[in-house]
Amino acid sequence: MRSGALAGASGAADDGTGASSAAAFASVAAPFLGVRGLSKRLGRTQALLDISLEAHADELLVVLGPTGAGKTTLMRTIAGLERPDAGSIAMAGQDVTSMDPAERDVALVFQNFSLYPRWTVRRNLEFPLRAPGRRVSEKEIQRRVGWAAELLKISRLLDREASRLSGGEMQRVAIGRAIVRRPRLFLMDEPLTNLDAKLREALRVELVELRRDLKTPMVFVTHDQAEALSMADRIVVLSEGRILQTGTPREVYERPHSPVVALQLGQPAINLLRVRRSEGQWVASEGTPLMAAESAGPSERLLGIRPEDIALARPEAQGDAAGPSGAVVEIVEYIGPTTTLLCTWAGAPVHIVVPRRGTIRPGDRVFPRIDAARAVLFGVDSEPVRRPSRGLPRLPSSLASFPAPPSKGGSV
Amino acid sequence: MSFLVLDGLRKTYGDGTPAVRGIDLSIEEGELIVLLGPSGCGKTTTLRMIAGLELPTGGLIRLGRTDVTSLRPSQRDVGMVFQFYALYPHLTVRENIAFPLRAARVSPSEIRSRVDGVAARMDLGKLLSSYPKELSGGDQQKVSLARAIVRRPAVYLMDEPLGTLDADQRLAMRELIRAEQIASKVTTIYVTHDQEEAMSLADRIVVMEGGRIRQAGTPADVYDAPADLFVAAFVGSPGMNFIPGQVADRSGKAMFVSDAGQIPIDVPPVARCGRATLGIRCEHIHEGADGPLFGRVVTEEYVGNASHVHVQTPAGRVIMRAANGSARARGSELRLRLDPAQISVFDAATEKRL
Repeated sequence: MRSGALAGASGAADDGTGASSAAAFASVAAPFLGVRGLSKRLGRTQALLDISLEAHADELLVVLGPTGAGKTTLMRTIAGLERPDAGSIAMAGQDVTSMDPAERDVALVFQNFSLYPRWTVRRNLEFPLRAPGRRVSEKEIQRRVGWAAELLKISRLLDREASRLSGGEMQRVAIGRAIVRRPRLFLMDEPLTNLDAKLREALRVELVELRRDLKTPMVFVTHDQAEALSMADRIVVLSEGRILQTGTPREVYERPHSPVVALQLGQPAINLLRVRRSEGQWVASEGTPLMAAESAGPSERLLGIRPEDIALARPEAQGDAAGPSGAVVEIVEYIGPTTTLLCTWAGAPVHIVVPRRGTIRPGDRVFPRIDAARAVLFGVDSEPVRRPSRGLPRLPSSLASFPAPPSKGGSV
Repeated sequence: MSFLVLDGLRKTYGDGTPAVRGIDLSIEEGELIVLLGPSGCGKTTTLRMIAGLELPTGGLIRLGRTDVTSLRPSQRDVGMVFQFYALYPHLTVRENIAFPLRAARVSPSEIRSRVDGVAARMDLGKLLSSYPKELSGGDQQKVSLARAIVRRPAVYLMDEPLGTLDADQRLAMRELIRAEQIASKVTTIYVTHDQEEAMSLADRIVVMEGGRIRQAGTPADVYDAPADLFVAAFVGSPGMNFIPGQVADRSGKAMFVSDAGQIPIDVPPVARCGRATLGIRCEHIHEGADGPLFGRVVTEEYVGNASHVHVQTPAGRVIMRAANGSARARGSELRLRLDPAQISVFDAATEKRL
């Protein structure tokens, strides 16, 4: 049971020094969390393979990966809910690999809110402090609950039953339940995924600022690239149980090591075009010159260029022999500050994001120009066969006659 | 005369819960209308009433020249699309697309011509005898869309059809829907809570809240000139920045007076007094030494093609969109300039745009 697991992970003895010890760690240069060579098989799947990562004492580390990448297994292993087949986990310089969850003193928050629905918010928040073996005075419990409620702006909800809360309020309470104990490390497993877009946006910033105020390290797991980019101090890109790249959001976004990493960050996704060198230019497979090429190195490459790093030249530049050749606009998506164009360029569908403008229509001819300084070149053998995504959902058997009408013979 | 008309449409459930409290909307033939709002705003109930899956407790629905308010779903020429599903692996593309027509017992010759029609329009002609596993992911999505719309009714009704897809698939499917809708010109009503989806798809967005329409307009109308504070906050990512204050008349010119500074504004003389809220989008706030607002950087969110800089001012927090590569230290102080042409002012009491 999920709530049971959470209670287990939060069952550590609390001597009331959580805050001061967290502050002490912050001044130590060594990373708080050190994971070395971690491997884990689940049935026939190699869920994690040789994972090494560090989270510093005052850092928010985001683990980004699609469904099935091993993110949850990694979190459960760090929390002590799973035993690794190989490798070690250290916290604050101490090997915790064989410690049980309670001894590790970490707090785990899941995507599903795992609150006791019939209990009030107050009782849910008090719960981890009243766990058996914990000797927290009544006065201290009330102080901590008040503090957490204040911080998460849920003070007015304290006497409401959990089942009567909105999704956003529930997740706030779940986070509150993790922070009342002042754990040494927060582990968050897609905590915002079930919330609607507006709320996610707001809670994202709140979590970053809350963690910063608490000066407690956090490992945050998500499949949402926007969440990863905006929240992380550093991102670990995970795929099929392996780490593909670790770096700051800017490093991973601007200098991805492989097309798979490049495709995981950014929306619309990075454009990948197969190019060959010809007369000092990188030329698309159908012959359009795209940008200047260096003179040495492989003669075929996969060119990665982010949609916002393609500018539109003025049509008069068309006459210039080395200038860009035309593209045809297929779709114009108007999204707030920017406009996204889907164009056919050099024989391929290419996304271009330009500062908002209302004058481009489908069917227009535009003249894209690649910002060569921001392009990335990959080896052609690294081209991903398939994008990392789940595919369309299966047609449920209950709807086998889809989309036949609910009322027989009708047209709805 | 409009193609589809909702006139004073209401729905109150048996337990007395009002879901839709009076909707007036005229839709032209070929329009793609998005009903946008948070959960519980009445958008899905409205769609279901148009489909005939719910009966209104008040008002009228007219489709073409026919009052369809109390007609059964089967008697209205509408097609509901709930979700785009994976293809049947053992059926060819042609058989997959034909499936809903066969289920509805359409004649074989009619099936053939309809499938050929949609395949030609969507550039799937060469793939008709292929099996799904032989197609790229993008073509599979295309076929799934073709199957969902092959019935070609007078109106498509789509209820959050992309809700369960991964982000990259959602984007691709959205583009397919838009391209297909432009090509087929079938009137479409599309329900979503995702404002970005709404902005990118719609000819017109209808923002709903509490069972009522807050604003109906083009994406640009709704984004640039929101009718009230709700629309201003709901549309856009992030929503509009708000600064509370007063509107004052300073020797014939309107001035917005806030704890963070004074900002010249442009509102009609009648509106030049009283409490108000100034609204401005993050991309219209810039750093500028002579700017009227003063604040301190609290947080910076990297969003890939830009950064969202959160600035704490004496009048509350505002978010500024900053170009890539211009990181600012937390705690650093700056002055902010607002693009005067892009300022919205709302009455503090009614929350309506002045």
